[in-house]
Amino acid sequence: MSVKYTEDHEWVSVEGDIATFGITDHAQEQLGELVFIELPEAGTELKKGGEAAVVESVKAASDVYAPVSGEVIETNSGLDSEPTKVNEDPEGSGWMIKIKLSDVSELDGMLDKEAYSKLIS
Amino acid sequence: MTLKRERLTDLQAGANFIPRHIGPREKDIASMLELVGASSLDDLVEKVIPEDIRMEGQLELPAALSERNTLSDLRRTAGRNQMFTSMIGMGYYGCVTPKVVLRRLLESPGWYTAYTPYQAEVSQGRLEALMNYQQMVSDLTGLDLANASLLDEGTAVAEAISMANRVSKNKGEQIFLDADTHPQTVAVVKTRAEALGLKLVIGDPETELNADEVFCAVLSYPGSSGEIRDYGEVCKSLKATGAISIFATDLLALALLKSPGELGADIAVGSSQRFGVPMGYGGPHAAFFATKDEYKRSIPGRIIGVSVDAHGNTAYRMALQTREQHIRRDKATSNICTAQVLLAVIASMFAVYHGPEGIRKIARRTHRYAQICAHEIGRLGYEVKTGSFFDTITVHVPGRAYAILAKAREKRINLRLVDGDHLGISVDQTTRRSEIERLLSCFNAKALKGRTLDQVDDEVSECIPDTLIRTSEFMVHPVFLLYHSETELLRYLRKLQVKDIALDRSMIPLGSCTMKLNSTTEMIPITWPEFAHMHPFAPLEQAQGYQQLFEDIESMLCEITGFDAVSLQPNAGSQGEYSGLLAIRAWHEANGNSNRDICLIPTSAHGTNPASAVMAGMKVVAVLCDEEGNVDVEDLKAKAQEHKNNLAALMITYPSTHGVFEAAIREICDIIHENGGQVYLDGANLNALVGIVQPGKIGADVCHMNLHKTFCIPHGGGGPGIGPIGVGAHLAKFLPDHDVVTGVNPAAAGRKTIGQVASAPWGSASILPISWAYIAMMGSDGLKKATQVAILNANYIAARLRDHFPVLYTGPGGYVAHECILDMRHLKEELGITVEDVAKRLVDYGYHGPTMSFPVVETMMVEPTESESKQEIDQFCEVMISIATEIAEIKDGKASVEDNLLVNAPHTQKLLMGDWNRPYSKQQAYFPLSYVEADKYWPPVARIDNVYGDRNLVCACPPMEEYLEAAE
Repeated sequence: MSVKYTEDHEWVSVEGDIATFGITDHAQEQLGELVFIELPEAGTELKKGGEAAVVESVKAASDVYAPVSGEVIETNSGLDSEPTKVNEDPEGSGWMIKIKLSDVSELDGMLDKEAYSKLIS
Repeated sequence: MTLKRERLTDLQAGANFIPRHIGPREKDIASMLELVGASSLDDLVEKVIPEDIRMEGQLELPAALSERNTLSDLRRTAGRNQMFTSMIGMGYYGCVTPKVVLRRLLESPGWYTAYTPYQAEVSQGRLEALMNYQQMVSDLTGLDLANASLLDEGTAVAEAISMANRVSKNKGEQIFLDADTHPQTVAVVKTRAEALGLKLVIGDPETELNADEVFCAVLSYPGSSGEIRDYGEVCKSLKATGAISIFATDLLALALLKSPGELGADIAVGSSQRFGVPMGYGGPHAAFFATKDEYKRSIPGRIIGVSVDAHGNTAYRMALQTREQHIRRDKATSNICTAQVLLAVIASMFAVYHGPEGIRKIARRTHRYAQICAHEIGRLGYEVKTGSFFDTITVHVPGRAYAILAKAREKRINLRLVDGDHLGISVDQTTRRSEIERLLSCFNAKALKGRTLDQVDDEVSECIPDTLIRTSEFMVHPVFLLYHSETELLRYLRKLQVKDIALDRSMIPLGSCTMKLNSTTEMIPITWPEFAHMHPFAPLEQAQGYQQLFEDIESMLCEITGFDAVSLQPNAGSQGEYSGLLAIRAWHEANGNSNRDICLIPTSAHGTNPASAVMAGMKVVAVLCDEEGNVDVEDLKAKAQEHKNNLAALMITYPSTHGVFEAAIREICDIIHENGGQVYLDGANLNALVGIVQPGKIGADVCHMNLHKTFCIPHGGGGPGIGPIGVGAHLAKFLPDHDVVTGVNPAAAGRKTIGQVASAPWGSASILPISWAYIAMMGSDGLKKATQVAILNANYIAARLRDHFPVLYTGPGGYVAHECILDMRHLKEELGITVEDVAKRLVDYGYHGPTMSFPVVETMMVEPTESESKQEIDQFCEVMISIATEIAEIKDGKASVEDNLLVNAPHTQKLLMGDWNRPYSKQQAYFPLSYVEADKYWPPVARIDNVYGDRNLVCACPPMEEYLEAAE
C-alpha cells in the first residue's frame, strides 16, 4: 500500500478498491487549529477534483477535493467531536473519507511522497 | 500697534463646521506636508492621484452652511412632514423608546461611534448587549439560537429562503410564499428568487401548498391582514418531505402566541423595530433571524458566541466567521456584512427595561385595543374579516374604503387601504383611548354613543384560540429582570459602554472602514419626531419634508459621484453591490444579451464582491493582481476577451483595496466596455475621491456609496449602514422601485425595473439627515479639503512608521492613498509575533487595532481619516514605534519569545491581583507611555480563545449563576 498526493494537498492510500483520503500535514499546518469538518454522507458519489469535504479553522474555510472518483462508503465520525485529530495525525487517525474506487487508473500520475515534498518545499 | 479692523462678514460664523470636522490645524497641515514632501495640499493630490482622472473645476454644491443654519434648515424640512397617527401596520408600528435608552444609548457617541466588534476584547459591552438580543429573540421565537441582526424583514425572509435552499433535504425547486405576507416582503423575495432562477409560488398554505414540490415555505404568523393561523399541521407536512418551514413573525405578538418553535418552525424571522426603535419612514431597524441548532453553520450574518479568555473567564466574540463572505467569498452563505447593531442593541435594551411582564403587558394592551376596535366596528354593522388576530384587523367596508380613509385623515389617522372594499387597522404600544374613539367615529359618527371604552372592554372576548395561546416562559434570564428601575438601567448602560473603545475615546484607524467624525449637529435631527415617527407607507403628501430631503441628497450624491441617478433604497453596501449588479443584468437583458453573466473580480477584492455577484445570478471569474497589488492589466485583458460573448461586468474597488490609486483605471474600464461589459465601482474607498475624482466620469457605470463611511453615518457598533447606488443614465430606468409606494424610481415610468431590494421604499430614510447635514456644512471646498487631509494623514502615518514597519503598497512617488498597509509578515516568520499580537498590544495603549490581515494576511491596514488631529496621529505613531521597540527587544534576545508584552496582551486588571511573575514590569505592561496614566483603558477580558468559541458554540447568555456572580 502506497500513499499518493495531489497538488491540492490531499493524500490518498489504496487497499484493494478502497481508497482512504484526508489532507496533508502541510495543509493542516497552513490552516491552523481546525474547529469543524463537514463530511459527505455515505453513498455520495464523488468525482475526482470535485468538492468532497470542508475544513474550517477560525480564520479559514477550505474545500477538500476528492483525489479520485468513487462512492463514499465511510467517513471518520470521530472528527465531529475531535477535529483536532486532523491537526495531530493528518495521515493516520485524522483520515476523512473512504471511497470505493470507480477508476483505478486515476491514481496514475499522482505525486509520490518525494514529488509532493518537493512541491511544498 | 494698530489692529486691522475686521469686517462684520469676517466675524460671522459662515462655514464654521469645516475646521470642526477636519482634525489637523492649518499650521499642523503645513508641517505634515513638509514631512511627506509636498508643498501644498493641491501639490500632494497631484503627486498621489493620476492626472487623467482628476476632475476639472470643483463640485457644484450650495455654499457651506454654519452648524446653526444647517439645523434650522433641517427644522424647516422636518416641519414639512405631517405627524399623523399611524394605524397602517404592515410591519411598522409606533413604539416608545424608553427615554433613558434614547439619551444614554441612541444619542450617546460611546455607543453609536463604535465599530463592528471584530476586536472582541475591546467590544465586550456591545457584545453583551447583542447576546441579550439573541437570547430575547431565541426565547420569543422558541428556537435554539438567533443571530445578531439582519437588515430588514424582507431581506431576512430572502436570507432564510437562501439558507433553506442549502440545508433543505427536499430538493424541490419551488419556494412557497404565504399570500398573506406583507407586500414589501413578497416584492423583495421576488427580486431575489428571480436572480437565482428559483420558482416562487404564492398562495394559501392550508389549501394550496404541495409540500412535495417545495424546498421551503414562508408562513406569516400573524399574516399581513392580521389573521393568526395555526400552521402546526403545515409544518408537519413540510417536515415529512424534508422541506424547511420559515415563519415571518412579530416579536410583540409572540409574547401572547405559541412560539414558532413550538409549532414546528425551522427558521423564524421578522423585524424588531417595535421594540423601541422609531419607524423612521422605513428604517433603519434590526431584523431578527432564529433557527434550530442543527442549522447553526448555515446562518447568515453575524452571530455572537461565548468563549473564554486567556485566564479562563467568560468572554464574548463573533463566532463562526468562516460562514461569512469575507472568508467564503463566492461560496458564502450570504453577502451581508454590516448589519443593524445599534438598532438591535436598542431592541435588546427595550426588552431589558420592560422584562417579560412588561412586554406581556404592552402586548396585552395592544391586543385589547385591537379587540375593542373589532368588537365595536362589528357592532356598527361592518364585517371584520380577521377572526383571530393580535393587533391588526381587516374590515369589509363595501364601497366605502376611500370615504372612511379620507374621514380618518381628517382626524389625522392613517389606515391601510387594502382595496376599495377593505381597510386594515393596526394598533400598537402608542395607541391611546382617544385615538380609538376618533377611529370609531370615522366608521359611524354615532359610534360609542353613550358607552365608554371600559364598557366595550367588558364585552370583548378572546379571539385567539386556546391552542395558540402562549404558555411557555420567555426572557427568564436575570438580565431581563434586574434593570427595571431607571437608575439600574442607566448604570447598566454605562457599565457596558465603558468596556468598549469607541471614537469618543481614541482614533479607530480601521483601514477600509473610514471611522471619521459623526458630528453632533449631524446626529441631532434623527430623533426629531417629524423624522423619527413616520410610517414608510404614509401618504406622500404628508411626507413632503422627507421627499425634499431625498431629492436634495440624490442631487448632491449625483454631483459628487458624477452619475445621473441615485437609488437610496439599498440599506447597506452589500445591498448596493447586489442592486447595482442586478441593474447591469437588467440592462444586458433589455439589450437582448441575457447570456451575459460573467463577473470579473480582482483577487484583491473584498469578499463581499464575489458573494454579491453570486446572489445576482452571475458567475465569478477571478482576475490576478501584480506584485504591487494592482490589477494585472494583461490578465484582465485576456479574461475579458476570453469571455467577451458572456461578459457582464467587472467589479473593481477604487482606490484599490491595497490603498493605491491605480494609474490604469481608465484603461481597465475601456477594456471592459470594449468587450461588452459594464464597470461596477465599489465605493468603499470613496473618501479618497470626493471633490477630486468623480467615479461616473472615469468609466464606471455603477458605484455604491457607503454613507456610513464617507458621509458620516456612524458605524453604530456594526450598523446601520446605507449603500445607495449611483448609475449612468442608461441604467437609471432599472433602479429599484417599490410595490406599495409609487414613484420611487421616476425614471422607470411604469416599466419593469429590477424590483425591490429592501423592504422600505427609500431604505434607511431616518438617518439620511446625517449625510445631508455633512454635505451641507462642508460645501465643495470643505469636502475637497476633507479628501486632501485624509490622504495627507495617511501619508503622514506611512512616512512616520515606514522605518519601523514596511509600507506594503505605494503608488508612483512612494505615496499611498487614504490608507496604508503596514507589513508584519516578517515578524511571524522570524519571531512568531503575529499581527493579532500587535493589535492586542495596542489595547494596552488604549487603541483599537487597525484592520488585520486584509487585504494581505499578516498586515495591518491603517486609515486615519481627515477627522484625526495631528496630536492624535502623532500619539498613535509613538505607540506603534514603542511596540516596534518591544518587538526589537524580542529580536535582540532581551525579551522572551514565549513570554513577552505582545503575546500576553492585552493585560487586564485581574492580573494585578495575583503574584507578578512576568519577565517585564507592571509599568511596561500597563503604562508603557506616560499619556496612558492620565486615561487608562482597562480591557475587561484578556486575549479571547477563538478556537474554543468556535468548537463549543454557545449563543445564549451565560448561565444565571455565572451572570449573577459577575454582576456582584
